[in-house]
Amino acid sequence: MLFSEIYGCYFQVVASILEEAAAGTLTPQSLTRTVRRKAFAESVLSIPAALKKEAWPLLTPDLHTPLKHRPTMPLTTLQKRWMKALLLDPRIALFQPDPSGLEEVEPLFRPETFLFFDRYADGDPYEDPVYRACFSQILQALREGRRIRLSLAGHGGRLRSFSCIPRCLEYSAKDDKFRLLTLGNRQFQTVNLARLRVCTLMDPYDPDAVRIPPLSLKTLTLLLREERNALERALLHFSHFEKETLCLEEGRYQITLRYDREDEAELLIRVLSFGPMLEVKSPPAFRSLVVSRLAEQAALLREKGR
Amino acid sequence: MAYRELIKNFETIRAYMRQFYVYGFKSREEYGMKSPRSYDNERRRIESWLGDYLSFRRDGGGKNVYLSVDSRRTSRNPLYKAFGAKSFTDKDITLHFYLMDLLAEGESMTAKELMDAMEDRYLSAFRRPVSLDESTVRKKLREYEALGLLDTRKEGRSILYRRTDHPAVSLTSWADALSFFSEEAPLGVIGSFLLDRLEQPPSCFRFKHHYILHALDSEILCALLAAIQAHRRVTLVLKNFQAHRETRRTFCPLKLYASTQTGRQYVMGFSSFSSPPLFFRIDSIHRVLTEEEEGRFSDYEALWSRTCPHLWGVSAAGWPRLESIEMTLRLGPGEEYLFRRLVREKRNGSVVRLDPFTCQFTARVYDASEMLPWLRTFLGHIVDLRCSNPSVTALFQRDLEEMETMYKGDLHAL
Repeated sequence: MLFSEIYGCYFQVVASILEEAAAGTLTPQSLTRTVRRKAFAESVLSIPAALKKEAWPLLTPDLHTPLKHRPTMPLTTLQKRWMKALLLDPRIALFQPDPSGLEEVEPLFRPETFLFFDRYADGDPYEDPVYRACFSQILQALREGRRIRLSLAGHGGRLRSFSCIPRCLEYSAKDDKFRLLTLGNRQFQTVNLARLRVCTLMDPYDPDAVRIPPLSLKTLTLLLREERNALERALLHFSHFEKETLCLEEGRYQITLRYDREDEAELLIRVLSFGPMLEVKSPPAFRSLVVSRLAEQAALLREKGR
Repeated sequence: MAYRELIKNFETIRAYMRQFYVYGFKSREEYGMKSPRSYDNERRRIESWLGDYLSFRRDGGGKNVYLSVDSRRTSRNPLYKAFGAKSFTDKDITLHFYLMDLLAEGESMTAKELMDAMEDRYLSAFRRPVSLDESTVRKKLREYEALGLLDTRKEGRSILYRRTDHPAVSLTSWADALSFFSEEAPLGVIGSFLLDRLEQPPSCFRFKHHYILHALDSEILCALLAAIQAHRRVTLVLKNFQAHRETRRTFCPLKLYASTQTGRQYVMGFSSFSSPPLFFRIDSIHRVLTEEEEGRFSDYEALWSRTCPHLWGVSAAGWPRLESIEMTLRLGPGEEYLFRRLVREKRNGSVVRLDPFTCQFTARVYDASEMLPWLRTFLGHIVDLRCSNPSVTALFQRDLEEMETMYKGDLHAL
């Protein structure tokens, strides 16, 4: 059973409160603070009251608890089965978790049950020892807040090295690739992990001294004509962007989304895939990209017709 | 009924969250609920759980509420929060903490011993203790046994209960894996429950092209996986998004098809050996009713193995007839990437290089019209497009002409 109170926010928050009570540090203020920090926005109206009224007899009026242990709970069968299923995923080799305790557990699913039918074929080499070593070093650097020195294969096969601050690892399910987002010379840079040859850990950096440059986001406005279920298709297709949709009139919609400047080429072909159902309204430069493609296509067809 | 932040059933909120996240331009009146108060309650709950992501806009039709999440900037799917909102009774939460505490050191106890211990150790500390009757306690023990929190052993005529975490699985070594797979693996919400147990969950990962809406279908996916593993047929209760009609379809589910580019997930299976493979969108499934065991499950798997190489996506409209398609592309100077694109995106098609400036993609599929969106991504480079189904090339051509009309002014200005 997936939708169960034992996984719920209230049980977790009450566990935190009881832990504080057992340590003798719970006050009315800290109780409210814990609820505000860990629960939902309106939970502060219900959790403290239920504990105070003894509807949940877990906390005495002097804010102590009769419980004798730190509140914990075993893993459920569902959780263990999900973890066991992860052990069958080739990407688990990047993490090497301790599988003890899951020996007798049946996986919740097997990789072959799922088909990611439109995933690109040139995914990262998760079995490659060099790839794994670099991945592991990067994870350690991210955890410990350390700079790293990267050597990667450039054009022509020559190695290029530089040092940087790793910010995060970004995974794309469509590309089946990891990219490392780094900060160097006050600029973000993205490195494909599959291109790395060596990653060396360096000294820790002072996070307060790091200046994060603003993100380079652009706004794209599209006009949609509702035909062939285009509205639902487009809104779901672009749902991972920050977006806003307006109904202009029956069957006509305006979609506004914010995207990274570096992803413009990819976004262009995604817009083209909708054909005449989507029209680029702005920015003019993006509209020009569509127009150029159409002009090039028309020229090719004219050439063929000759 | 008075408003409560927690909910008993996920289905209604699932529909609302989907509407707010995908569409977000409808006003309260357009949701067609039984009463305006139902809408207000659901909106208030979503605001309580996901206030940071909820926005409002006012237009002529009234106030519109929408959920907007740039999933590339978050390390955890915010929609998982909805799964933390299951309602419970006062006795549920009280018994949970009492039972887990009594058995914390690995001891085994009978239901009677547990009841006596609860009375002595906990309830006596309160002025107005709740009454915990034997049947409630036994029911909770059975429930926790089914969940895997407790296991049992018999000693004479007594049943002894014990926690299942002796020895415990160590989650520390799993922290990074949980952080990654809770977003990337199927049923990642289970990983998010595990992450909630960690003092400081890692946040090293971000996700591009990340469709987070699947989270809301997790219960349906769980039921489908259970049926597939047990080789059972199922009856799907389906809801049509447009017509709001409810239909039922019975079939043998085999595989789950997930798109990394459109945000859709499907369950695939067969209803008989003489009909094409069936695909149902998981977000349109309202309920999964498990039926009898399918004796010929492996025969259906063999049928799928023969069918699969000719499925471009999730349609077998022309089944069993195959359609041939051929697209020739021109590679200009600096456009070698187009060839690489074809190679990595061709799926079950083939790619050949005709000369340094031309390459060709071919495929034989059950429904070539399914390829149209992908073919259009090569606009500007297509020298030739042929298909054994003429309606496919005709539609491609018509769409292209419509696009030219749409951008006519700009094209003339070139």
